[in-house]
Amino acid sequence: MALWQPDPSFYPSPRMAAKAAKETLAYVASFDPDRKKPDAIAVVDVDPKSPSYSRIVGQVDMPNAGDELHHFGWNACSSCLCPNAPHPHMERRYLVVPGLRSSRLHIIDTKPDPKNPKIVRVIEPEEIAEKAGYSRLHTTHCGPEGIYVNALGNAEGKAPGGIFLLDPVSFDVLGQWEMDRGPQKLAYDFWWHLGHDTMVTSEWGTPDTFENGLVPEILLGSKYGRRLHFWDLHKRKHLQEIDFGEEHQLVFELRPAHDPTKAYGFVGCVISLKDLSASIWTWYREGDKWAVKKVIEIPAEPADPDLLPPVLKGFKAVAPLVTDIDLSMDDRFLYVSCWGTGDMIQYDVSDPFSPKETGRVRIGGIVSRATHAKATNGALNGGPQMVEISRDGKRVYFTNSLYGPIDPQFYPEGIDGWMVKLHVGENGGITFDENFFVDWPKGHRPHQVRLEGGDCSSDSYCYP
Amino acid sequence: MNSVSPWLVLAGLGAFHGLNPAMGWLFAVALGLHRKSRKIVLMSLAPIAIGHTVSIAVVAVVVVALGFFVDQRPLEIAAGVLLIGWAIYHMAYGHRHRVRIGMQTGMAGLGVWSFLMASAHGAGLMLVPVLIPLCLSGSPAQELTAAGSLPIALAAVGTHMAAMLAVILAIAISVYEWLGLSFLRRGWINLDLIWTAALVITGLILIM
Repeated sequence: MALWQPDPSFYPSPRMAAKAAKETLAYVASFDPDRKKPDAIAVVDVDPKSPSYSRIVGQVDMPNAGDELHHFGWNACSSCLCPNAPHPHMERRYLVVPGLRSSRLHIIDTKPDPKNPKIVRVIEPEEIAEKAGYSRLHTTHCGPEGIYVNALGNAEGKAPGGIFLLDPVSFDVLGQWEMDRGPQKLAYDFWWHLGHDTMVTSEWGTPDTFENGLVPEILLGSKYGRRLHFWDLHKRKHLQEIDFGEEHQLVFELRPAHDPTKAYGFVGCVISLKDLSASIWTWYREGDKWAVKKVIEIPAEPADPDLLPPVLKGFKAVAPLVTDIDLSMDDRFLYVSCWGTGDMIQYDVSDPFSPKETGRVRIGGIVSRATHAKATNGALNGGPQMVEISRDGKRVYFTNSLYGPIDPQFYPEGIDGWMVKLHVGENGGITFDENFFVDWPKGHRPHQVRLEGGDCSSDSYCYP
Repeated sequence: MNSVSPWLVLAGLGAFHGLNPAMGWLFAVALGLHRKSRKIVLMSLAPIAIGHTVSIAVVAVVVVALGFFVDQRPLEIAAGVLLIGWAIYHMAYGHRHRVRIGMQTGMAGLGVWSFLMASAHGAGLMLVPVLIPLCLSGSPAQELTAAGSLPIALAAVGTHMAAMLAVILAIAISVYEWLGLSFLRRGWINLDLIWTAALVITGLILIM
């Protein structure tokens, strides 16, 4: 199990990671919204030289139906090289794959045949509830104390949601991460600044407020999450809460700068109750506290109510619904998925307080239904959602489904899954790879994408 | 053991401990890179060496103290068993430690970190086969006394520290100034395996 030399996919710094070889495979969470047949991790060929390029070349089915596979991650990554807690001879080999609805955790071995991964361990929800006190597992990260998994609900499916630790070798559940959670109740995403000993967490809602779709009264009452929480990563103690205010709802994906000396990051806010706009905020260090500033606002687009789903008809506009963002390894480009309008926008965020739009493509969208050169159906539904960037920053992949119960609220006729790829210009600019379009097998929808060897949201680094 | 000077062995083990990135030189380099300062690299080596030495000294003092109450042979066997047990523990649970000190640490935190790392790795225990004959060999003519043993024990610890400090200084500066960190990707061989083997071998030397 232990290697003689560090895993070749571990890099001390993001600068070195950006020189990594091109990925040839992508792992994609694939779920059945009807919860009838098992979800799967699909293996997609992303090597342009391969005859099976842009096709699903392997798949591992879960042992049960109804997990709702969503986000997932690796057992070990570049943070294993950190000087304060070095474990350099771990192997990046296992995918840690939670079920958001089932709270079941799957450990999937991607070796010896990366195209034919196998489930090696399943941890049942009862064990996680008993040992960690959590349910509704969401995001995972490899980090200094092992594998961190967060959960949106406690064992009873209520607040607080939080984080628990898994042993990175045996995959045993070690227990709840928080030692002092302060006022934090809601959970959504989490990540950290290894260089600043800081954990950041964001907020969605308790499972009863989203498992049957978004509840309009809760949304309009500003009762979904709207806060960021900052923690001491090593004392596991809550330090600070920042409230974005009543207007802002659903503070989602956290993308801290990869360079560990930089103390800033970006978070997307899905919707403003004032005008349905979406926004991107920068969090940053100000004195001995953390602060936030809204740096991007993406307006809603006026639309013919006849073309809108019931939830938007009264507003006569399409909300952009920014539901995922991703930051390139060099911290230069931020990609913003507008799941409502169908835009994928690229911003130059070299100055994190003054982003400049450098590229935009449109595909799908509630009203626009924009198509792709390789799509047979001329009107695509769903919109840009989970986005992943290659380590060298030259390729961007994304899929089109958000979450089983929410998909039909905005795309009432259902979502036909697809996965696409963008080429990134030398100084920004994005264009579709016209040869890459995965028409997702009917009955399943794709969600998060993980790239072979690591990507821009899988690894964290201790050296600049 | 008689063929090699025990002082040379102590210095050799100091060099071996210093070589291991997990014992601190890498942390010093990282802090220097974060704060863009060679001075920080150099300053960090002091608490790292002190923390390591305190961990070693605790073992040395315990060995000397036990030497007054326990015969040398049972002490050797007990220490040998402890070493092998430590190796097994290190192998099974070494990855599971709480991480208490991060990149924002000050010099005091770094010293605590180094003490905890050396202790968890059983660095002091590895010296026991040298410490027992060196500190507890009251010849028949000369009775074993605290006044006689303690200075020798301290000299042993000092020798170990000097060698360790020399090695971490040389590596930290070379890496910070010239080599850079990319060599870690291939060059960071699994010293933990060698380390665990060293613990087992030391334990066997004591028992046999």
